[in-house]
Amino acid sequence: MILALLRRDLAQFFPFTGSGAALPVVFFVAVAMLFPFAVGPDANLLAKTGGGVVWIAALLAAILPLEKLVARDIQLGFFDQLRLRGVAEEAMMAVRLLAHWLSFGPPLLLATFPAAALLKIEGETFSILLLGLLAGTPGLAAIGLMIAALTASLRAGAALSGLLLIPLALPILIFGAGALARQDQVSLGFVGAISLALVALAPFAAGAAIRAAREQ
Amino acid sequence: MQAPSPLLTAENLACRRGERLLFRRLSFRLEAGAACHVTGANGAGKTTLIRALAGLTTPYAGEVRREGALGLLDERTGLDPDLPLGRALAFWERVDGCTSPDGAITILGLGPLLEVPVRFLSTGQKKRAALAALLNRAVPIWLLDEPLSGLDTDTIAKVVALIRLHIGGGGIALIASHQPLDVPGMTSFAIEDFAPAPEEDYA
Repeated sequence: MILALLRRDLAQFFPFTGSGAALPVVFFVAVAMLFPFAVGPDANLLAKTGGGVVWIAALLAAILPLEKLVARDIQLGFFDQLRLRGVAEEAMMAVRLLAHWLSFGPPLLLATFPAAALLKIEGETFSILLLGLLAGTPGLAAIGLMIAALTASLRAGAALSGLLLIPLALPILIFGAGALARQDQVSLGFVGAISLALVALAPFAAGAAIRAAREQ
Repeated sequence: MQAPSPLLTAENLACRRGERLLFRRLSFRLEAGAACHVTGANGAGKTTLIRALAGLTTPYAGEVRREGALGLLDERTGLDPDLPLGRALAFWERVDGCTSPDGAITILGLGPLLEVPVRFLSTGQKKRAALAALLNRAVPIWLLDEPLSGLDTDTIAKVVALIRLHIGGGGIALIASHQPLDVPGMTSFAIEDFAPAPEEDYA
């Protein structure tokens, strides 16, 4: 049953098969493309600031899919029907988290290659950037899921969720982008640790939020 | 081994919507083969009752007991609006482990609609699709919230026949509807009879 659910969730969110789900990745590359136009083609400056830009673009790209992540299936009664079949809300949300990350994490990592080329990020810096995004995107996905579940029953939920994600994602951004400036691996460890804690927490928080939304 | 016989009971049930108490001291007991018709005006609390019976919400007071798997039919079908009906139903068939879904699809006349995306279906067609999903689950307890709304007379007759068949086979059906239903042996109550008096202090 869990596998069927994962397949369904993936089909819904995955780029090119889902409804307009490629948008976050396109958005991400677009930011990386615009930045050199905005600050000029100075290779040194680009290499120095480019990593931070990629991180900000990744954060903003993580906001885009939030609108559809949970609210739609609450309105559909999808979670209700699963609940009647004995599936715990926590399990639904764990599957959703995995599907959400798979639909924006790996495509974002792939898009980092062209983005890094546009921003003249090379060598050691590039590998730290890639590792940092690999460690950080699960955490971003987890924050996104919690916020999407909490705001699902609000009318302005979509706009609000973007606003809420930014401060909560700050620790990941600070350590992720900080690793680039210092060229160290320790910060990457922090990013990974924050991500793990968030991933462990998210299904429970989001599951409780879905149950609470029913009581209205 | 025989499956334990299904049971659905409510004891001193009270439910609120927001701050308003909708009904209280509601008790009933439905055993295998029983059908119950809940009547009441819009907003009287039929849907609230059904969601509490389904275990989706916690009642304000009282207790619900369920023995046996439970199927819910309400205005939210759980079918993906973007998928063609056939594939949207196939998801639930996989989840429910249903290997022969064609019977329900034929009975409810959904064959010609299988290629149509769910969002293009009319209210009545969606209701028929949700009924097919319910039939394919093969659960003993049915909770039906307005199962007849939006249906044409032919389909209404079919749904009533399906309910008769279901309770004839030892199932339980609780139907919230303001339309009359012709099911032999069916009990019924009006939810308004359990509404609190205007100045009543319910605790």
